[in-house]
Amino acid sequence: MKISVTRLLIYIMLAIFTIFYIIPMYIMVVTGMKSFAEVSLDTMWNLPFSLNFNSFNLAWLGSTKGGFRGLSGSFLNSVFLVIPATVISALLGSLNGYVLTKWRFYGSDLIFTMILFGMFIPYQSIIIPLVLTLQKLHVYGTIPGLILVHVIYGLPISTLIFRNYYITVPTEMVEASKIDGANFLGIYRWVIFPLSTPGFAVAMIWQFTSIWNDFLFGLIVTPNPASQPITVALNNLAGSYFVQWNVQIAGALLTVLPPILVYIFLGRFFLKGLLQGSLKG
Amino acid sequence: MQIKGDKWTPILFITPSIVAVGIFIYGFIGWTGFISFTKWNDVIPDYTRVGFENYRKLFANMRFQIDLHNTLVFTVIFVTSCLLIGLLLAILIDQRIKGEGIFRNLFLLPMAFSFVVSGVIWHWLFNPGSIQLGNIGVNQLFEKVGLNFLICGWYTDPNIGIKAVAVAAIWQFSGYTMALYLAGLRGIPLELREAASIDGADQFQIFYYILLPFLRPITFGAIIILGHISLKIFDLVMAMTGSGPAFSCDVPALFMYDTTFRGNNFARGASIAIILLLLVSLLIIPYLITTFRKEA
Repeated sequence: MKISVTRLLIYIMLAIFTIFYIIPMYIMVVTGMKSFAEVSLDTMWNLPFSLNFNSFNLAWLGSTKGGFRGLSGSFLNSVFLVIPATVISALLGSLNGYVLTKWRFYGSDLIFTMILFGMFIPYQSIIIPLVLTLQKLHVYGTIPGLILVHVIYGLPISTLIFRNYYITVPTEMVEASKIDGANFLGIYRWVIFPLSTPGFAVAMIWQFTSIWNDFLFGLIVTPNPASQPITVALNNLAGSYFVQWNVQIAGALLTVLPPILVYIFLGRFFLKGLLQGSLKG
Repeated sequence: MQIKGDKWTPILFITPSIVAVGIFIYGFIGWTGFISFTKWNDVIPDYTRVGFENYRKLFANMRFQIDLHNTLVFTVIFVTSCLLIGLLLAILIDQRIKGEGIFRNLFLLPMAFSFVVSGVIWHWLFNPGSIQLGNIGVNQLFEKVGLNFLICGWYTDPNIGIKAVAVAAIWQFSGYTMALYLAGLRGIPLELREAASIDGADQFQIFYYILLPFLRPITFGAIIILGHISLKIFDLVMAMTGSGPAFSCDVPALFMYDTTFRGNNFARGASIAIILLLLVSLLIIPYLITTFRKEA
């Protein structure tokens, strides 16, 4: 078999980039699986002799002796945060997308653009009033408060995803059911919603990943450890001098596991959301 | 085309979202703007108006000047590297290679990572070690494979600082530009390339005269998205390095957090936030308007 020089060059370049992309993942997996006896910064590139899950154990459960909290509690916080926030924002996004494509009214395009702008703003520019308002509403520092925050600031992207999806649904279908006597909600319930599975898949996977991975809102809205999401807890774990580096890295792996699983099993939808985030339909 | 009749029900259903966005985005931006013109630089709110005083002090502040410089350096490195690496990877993957799916998925995988996770890992990878420890992290790897000239202090070296953070950000986002460019390349009709090659164009000419013009809108969109991400960068810096030696890793978003939530200087924090918003708006608003015009 003859391989041309160009093809060889292509594979060499791909191999170099593969090393760059794989290094952090390699360190994360290898370090997490080493025993404490084996873990040492000067042998950090070596493969483990045997499988050992003590680092994960410690990162998950914490240690009263070591004086640090494990990630298990905040992992659950993130689960209880991300599920309702994802479902609610997908439902709202679906309704908004339905209105903005099939029931357009005077100024609806302008309203869409104004909603969209919210996707890009630096959240620093709303965070001080947000804290004051959440305190007034007595939900500051709570998971329901954080759910509210993610639903509201998730509106732009979920509206965008569904608007881009419903544009591809022929309006004639909606017109036909209207002639048959269906109203706004009836058409949504019987025509649009049953067609929406791909839209929900993209929107929910996108929201799941970005809410799970959020750090800023969690950091500022839930400063108390009892209601912190996992990214904030990981940052605290990694910022503590009492916690060994292998436990920090094991904690990083635990934190990234749910989005990685989503990526592995539902990557197709993840990519779609990614491309839509850049306004390409 | 749209459905006629039943005019008010749809408006009723979208109203809660409009109200929420109106209050929580536009209202709050106005509120932050208002705070930035007050004297509230303590735990207790003080709404005495001081005009542009906070802004004037901010631009005279050394840390803020360093931050603006760091943001510029970070943005230039991050955006150009993501574009170049993304384009290169897309072209490589587009060559009908074996295992295309594996490469594509691997390069895109870091996009699923939280910035905090990447920050923790890259913190240890770029940890230069010490005299007692010797080289650790990537420095040790360079030593092992004989690339000693690449060994450096990374984020502990004030001359590198934010550039080390940029490497981690490039690791995380170059797969995204690859995906954009790959989708773009696959959208170019094959006949076009074939026709050009029949007319005697070589690979470089095809790339320069056919592929690049096709990819221009993608490049434009990617610059906007990546540019606004780099202006807002916070999580990664916080988890990976913090402000760094002599603020060499510091960025405005981190300064805003420190000032507001650690230092209780709410008015000054608000003024940093407004500057950030203005910078992002300079990028985003023209983009939204052109996209909106094209579709209408």
